[in-house]
Amino acid sequence: MIVTLLRLAGLFGLLSMLAFGGGAGVIPDMQRAAVDKYQWMTASEFLDMFAISRAAPGPGSLIVVLIGLKAAGLAGAAVSFVAMFAPSCVAVHAVARTWHNAAQSRWRPMLEQALAPIAVGLTFASGLALMRGTEHGWLPWTVTAIATLLFSLTEINPILLLLGGAAAMLLMG
Amino acid sequence: MQPSSSPRPKAAQPTLGALFVSFMSIGMMSFGGGLAAWTRREVVQKRNWLDDRQFLSGYALSQLVPGATNVNLAVFIGTLMRGTSGALAAFAGLTALPLALMLTAGALYLHAQSTATAPWLSAALAGMGAVAIGLNLGTGVRLARRNLRGAVPILITAVVTIAIGIIGIPLIQVLAVMLPVSILLAWKLPGR
Repeated sequence: MIVTLLRLAGLFGLLSMLAFGGGAGVIPDMQRAAVDKYQWMTASEFLDMFAISRAAPGPGSLIVVLIGLKAAGLAGAAVSFVAMFAPSCVAVHAVARTWHNAAQSRWRPMLEQALAPIAVGLTFASGLALMRGTEHGWLPWTVTAIATLLFSLTEINPILLLLGGAAAMLLMG
Repeated sequence: MQPSSSPRPKAAQPTLGALFVSFMSIGMMSFGGGLAAWTRREVVQKRNWLDDRQFLSGYALSQLVPGATNVNLAVFIGTLMRGTSGALAAFAGLTALPLALMLTAGALYLHAQSTATAPWLSAALAGMGAVAIGLNLGTGVRLARRNLRGAVPILITAVVTIAIGIIGIPLIQVLAVMLPVSILLAWKLPGR
């Protein structure tokens, strides 16, 4: 039990610091560790957990809670949650403090100017990467295109778009 | 639609409770991704806590630091607003309910030990996922229209978009090249 908790802490603490560009990139590493290395679950159980974490609201990295729960019960879930989020949150907190204290500095406006076009590109890229990652047939394509148009050109509430997308796939998918 | 990059009167500093509630709504409404779209809508458009330029810096820095981007963004914004306690309020708001839901779903799953996803449920989730992608792209369109002035930033945005989103080059490699390039250009061509 203690060994499993330590393994969970070590695994997710490490992956937290390696997850550059978001949590999705380290999912394959989680799978390798949970299924092959430590054998906490089968590959199909891992896929089910991935589907659950994608379907639930909130950050997808919460999949670590499911892995911890399966491996070592509630204590495992708690250890996994802290290990996955504490290191990266402390790091970004330090960055934000530095950023805040540099409000009057000469380099901050320059960095802001440099970061803006990169961040816009990352926003587009995250949408496009999700499209490449999933089976995107003609219907999801159409739904995505309509949602993009309506969301960029109108002040429509995104909740309505989400409901409309769900309805479209239910009726025509 | 007001151009939020132009100076608008800044809203008063949010209370910890307001931060918690805002990020709770962001966390609960973001099905299938699209958290950045919801975050911008809430903190820039609705609450006016940040302007677009601050939001974009935060978004880029959140990706430079390892970890879940949107959790990082919540901590970043919370820190700017209210320091350490603001960071904790934003983090707790974003993760508390999704965490509770995930534990419940996990317990139910382990109990039933079957996929248990009815076909209609996966169809509905696929539809919401397709919309969430559109929310991301639509946020990109809005941000581009307001914040990209001139050929240089448009070119940088295009290179980042194509390299990561279409070709699939790992983010870290793209940033290793494009970040110095963009900083150099911002330094040599200030106020473009």
